[in-house]
Amino acid sequence: MSSVAAPARFGFHRPAAVDEAVRLLAEHPEAVPVAGGTDLMVAVNYRHTRPEAMLDLTGLAELREWTDEGDSVRIGSGVPYARITAELATVLPGLAAAARTVGSPQIRNRGTLGGNLATASPAGDGHPPLLATGATVEAVSVDGTRTIPIGEFYLGPKRSALKPGELITAVTVPKATGPQQFLKVGTRNAMVIAVCSFALALDLDTRRLGTGIGSAGPVPLTAPDAERLDLPWTDPARFDDALAAEFGRRVAAAARPIDDVRGTAAYRRHALAVCAARALRRVWTAAHERTGR
Amino acid sequence: MRVTMHVDGAETAAEIDRPGESLLSTLRDRLGLTGSKNACEQGECGSCTVLLDGAPVCACLVATAQCEGREVKTVVGAVPRPVRDAFVQCGAVQCGFCTPGLLVSVADLLDREPDPTDPEIREALAGNLCRCTGYEKIIDAVHTAAAALAGEPR
Ligand SMILES: Cc1cc2nc3c(=O)[nH]c(=O)nc-3n(C[C@H](O)[C@H](O)[C@H](O)COP(=O)(O)OP(=O)(O)OC[C@H]3O[C@@H](n4cnc5c(N)ncnc54)[C@H](O)[C@@H]3O)c2cc1C
Ligand code: FES
Ligand code: FES
Repeated sequence: MSSVAAPARFGFHRPAAVDEAVRLLAEHPEAVPVAGGTDLMVAVNYRHTRPEAMLDLTGLAELREWTDEGDSVRIGSGVPYARITAELATVLPGLAAAARTVGSPQIRNRGTLGGNLATASPAGDGHPPLLATGATVEAVSVDGTRTIPIGEFYLGPKRSALKPGELITAVTVPKATGPQQFLKVGTRNAMVIAVCSFALALDLDTRRLGTGIGSAGPVPLTAPDAERLDLPWTDPARFDDALAAEFGRRVAAAARPIDDVRGTAAYRRHALAVCAARALRRVWTAAHERTGR
Repeated sequence: MRVTMHVDGAETAAEIDRPGESLLSTLRDRLGLTGSKNACEQGECGSCTVLLDGAPVCACLVATAQCEGREVKTVVGAVPRPVRDAFVQCGAVQCGFCTPGLLVSVADLLDREPDPTDPEIREALAGNLCRCTGYEKIIDAVHTAAAALAGEPR
């Protein structure tokens, strides 16, 4: 496995603060950041990548905290899924529900939102709820801090707006102002990469819908046409299955799925329509039970 | 590069020669601690489960160099005797390959939740695959272990 010749020289950087981390990254552009390792280490173990150097983010206490910012929550990029589920389910129910479906307990104890974003897999479960709520990504380099709206973050399959030398430090997610849903289709209730997934946020203050579609396109998508669906706000009881089905159709139409090992494009569209209609029924019922509006 | 960590209570140093060496490789191949099993190296099977600073993780997905100064507990240091005995007593072990990882996950579960329900057990063990037992006897063993631990002063 490892050669027994001359001891290999390599870098493993363990910064203790973000400014030190970005400086190290600028000085050692070959160093690959590692957070939970749940994406990176699979690639390393299978020799898909052999980093000459790595930059450990798990020692950065700043990245492992979340803070209440009033209308939103700023989640450090290194907060593992297990803590998002355990600590943020009330204020960010959609994201917490998605976090709960990731992998297994072992994966959720290590895997982070920062890693999910940097990997930018169209199947990543973090993306749909971030899109549905209009989150923003904070990226830091030696040149300073940028804030990237989530809608501008995904550029292609496993390609994002993150530039070389930048680290994701946090994601700021608006607090829920109404019920939220996350639905994921897979072969089992645990340990599955989504065949497709759907996140929905109902904003009762602005009477708007936010959507996020996963695993049904080259990038995570929103469904703007579906978000524009006319809902019977003044007479909630007029909501019916036909409206939910129309919403499902519009979400399915926004998807750009392909056939792959996990499912066909046709199946994905069908499943998304079902999930979206179900999600809308659920949030609508929850909203009007809860508030009596 | 030298990494020092606490493994099953003992301060342990390992010399690694690449940044991406996994904790699982280091435990097994460098330190001779073969309790944690290697079956997939991709986080899917849980046979390498260890407690890292108290939380169950897949040792195959942790870079050893991330463990400087940290506490690692394998099946040797993480598992109370009654949990192990319950697995034996209930027939929850066949080939045994999944057992060390399962024992670590069960020890963690019972530490957090002394009397778990079946759904709680299934959720906690979702990341530990077993090809032999069909899981029912593992679930029996968790209940048996919970009862045994409840009966003895902790
Ligand atoms: C068994 C298994 C099951 C899984 N199940 C799911 C699932 O159900 N849903 C899902 O979405 N994913 C799943 N994953 C994938 C993975 O767990 C997630 O994508 C996770 O969020 C990755 O986070 P991490 O901290 O482990 O990333 P790492 O592996 O540490 O890093 C991933 C990539 O991101 C870069 N990176 C990490 N953090 C930063 C940062 N702060 N700034 C810049 N770059 C950074 C790294 O350089 C690397 O290229 C699974 C993985 C495994 C092994
Ligand atoms: S060997 Fe680590 S999860 Fe399978
Ligand atoms: S006993 Fe054989 S894999 Fe579980």
